[in-house]
Amino acid sequence: MEPIVPKPAGPVRELKLQVRGLDAWFREKQALFGINLDVRAGEVTALIGPSGCGKSTLLRCLNRMHDTVPGARAKGEILYDGQQILSFGVDPVAVRRRIGMVFQKPTPFPTLTIFENVAIGMRLHGERDFLKIQRTVESSLRRAALWEEVKDVLQKPGSSLSGGQQQRLCIARALAIETDVLLLDEPCSALDPISTAKIEELLLELRSNYTIVIVTHNMQQAARVSSRTLFMLSGKVIEYGDTNQIFTAPAQKLTEDYITGRFG
Amino acid sequence: MIIPTAPGRARVDSLMRGLCWTAVALALVPLFSLLYLVVSKGMHRLDMDFFIHLPRPVGIPGGGMANALAGTLTLVLIASLIGMPLGVGAGLYLSEFGDGRFAWSVRFCADVLTGVPSIVTGIFAYDIIVKPMHSFSALAGGFALGTMMIPIIARITEEVVRLVPANLREAALALGIPRWKSILFVVLRTAMGGVATGLFLGATRVASETAPLLFTSFNNQYWTKSLLQPTASMTVQIFTYAISPYEEWRDMAWTGALVLLIIVLLASMLSRLTLAKNKAGNF
Repeated sequence: MEPIVPKPAGPVRELKLQVRGLDAWFREKQALFGINLDVRAGEVTALIGPSGCGKSTLLRCLNRMHDTVPGARAKGEILYDGQQILSFGVDPVAVRRRIGMVFQKPTPFPTLTIFENVAIGMRLHGERDFLKIQRTVESSLRRAALWEEVKDVLQKPGSSLSGGQQQRLCIARALAIETDVLLLDEPCSALDPISTAKIEELLLELRSNYTIVIVTHNMQQAARVSSRTLFMLSGKVIEYGDTNQIFTAPAQKLTEDYITGRFG
Repeated sequence: MIIPTAPGRARVDSLMRGLCWTAVALALVPLFSLLYLVVSKGMHRLDMDFFIHLPRPVGIPGGGMANALAGTLTLVLIASLIGMPLGVGAGLYLSEFGDGRFAWSVRFCADVLTGVPSIVTGIFAYDIIVKPMHSFSALAGGFALGTMMIPIIARITEEVVRLVPANLREAALALGIPRWKSILFVVLRTAMGGVATGLFLGATRVASETAPLLFTSFNNQYWTKSLLQPTASMTVQIFTYAISPYEEWRDMAWTGALVLLIIVLLASMLSRLTLAKNKAGNF
């Protein structure tokens, strides 16, 4: 089956990420096969598919986190604002500063206060101007819709927050560096419905300033938050297109089977 | 099939329980008799003099072990300066990069070194520091103790740092933090409570050593003015007094033993308390 290079309808936005012919391996085992994907700025793109289909691997390739797994490698092209980020000359640390990531399980640093959790990225990148750090921490927490809840307890440990708050803290933490792309790996799978709704609302707000790619097992969630959806199976792209079209009129039989719950 | 009667099972149960209690009681006998002996024999010379005066010659009453207390402190300090950074560094290496064959051999060496008889460490320090410098010294003693600390601290550090969940490491890397910074400022910081306990245990462990000091820091009846001079220490002083033919010196040895015991007990209780606290405040 030919991978489908998207021909999106609607306003054509700037391409933030372009993936071309991406293969990825864990040691000898190939996990991704010739992935093509265009991620547009200012949109939420959802990656869906059954467990083990490679969607998390694809996500982790986008900010070179895939490199951190022993024995893992990737080949192909990933362009960020037109710049190849998958070549040897590119420092993965610099890539991750622009392309932030939020994980399935909230991971606040337990020995740090709420304030320090958000500030640590800047601090470890060498920022010493405390006023600037303070301003950034506040604006990041505001953007993550957490400021009102934590502004009086900034000195409490990050782990004292509820699961949903912790996840928004992790989003704030990722926003506090020079990020303009946010990758989320099943960010709600450990959260209750109310916290999940808050995160989804947040993603819709963030989308105007950030490019968002989200891996989700929850198809309703993909339908609610994303403009475009990529459906993967066994490490290959099966279908990519407008979320509406994918969920109402999938072009591929496999997509339809998955969405209607016939497998996966 | 005969179903055993309840009284039969209860009898076996109480018998086993009784055996366990007996074993516990027997195990505690030596411990408590040691404590009793040290306290009863060391108590009557335990006064302020002990902590502020130098040893006095035989026949002159009074005197203390002030110089030996200071000496032990100095030796442990020097040992810590050597053992703590190297131990923590090695422990971080083992936990963060320790998958290869080389790390395996480092780990194996550390385990072997932990078990090396401390007198051997003393001979080692004698040969590479005392001999070339032609003098017993606090430096040599501290070096011997520091050598002993390295593997202890390395293994404890490795174990507590390994407890830091992998997803915290990932989260740090995903913030575009270079690996070395994320290890030092995120991973190590998260494990700091446990690491501190390890440092404490390491220091306590070497503070009560005698053998490595016998021919490195040696002994001194006076205050030591330089790190390059022979230095008194609690343990060697106790040893010297204990084998002396003089009644009053042997009394002092008991008091010295009591003080050393109290210091070590307090220190290990303190470190266990901090460990318990840090375990409770889980990662």
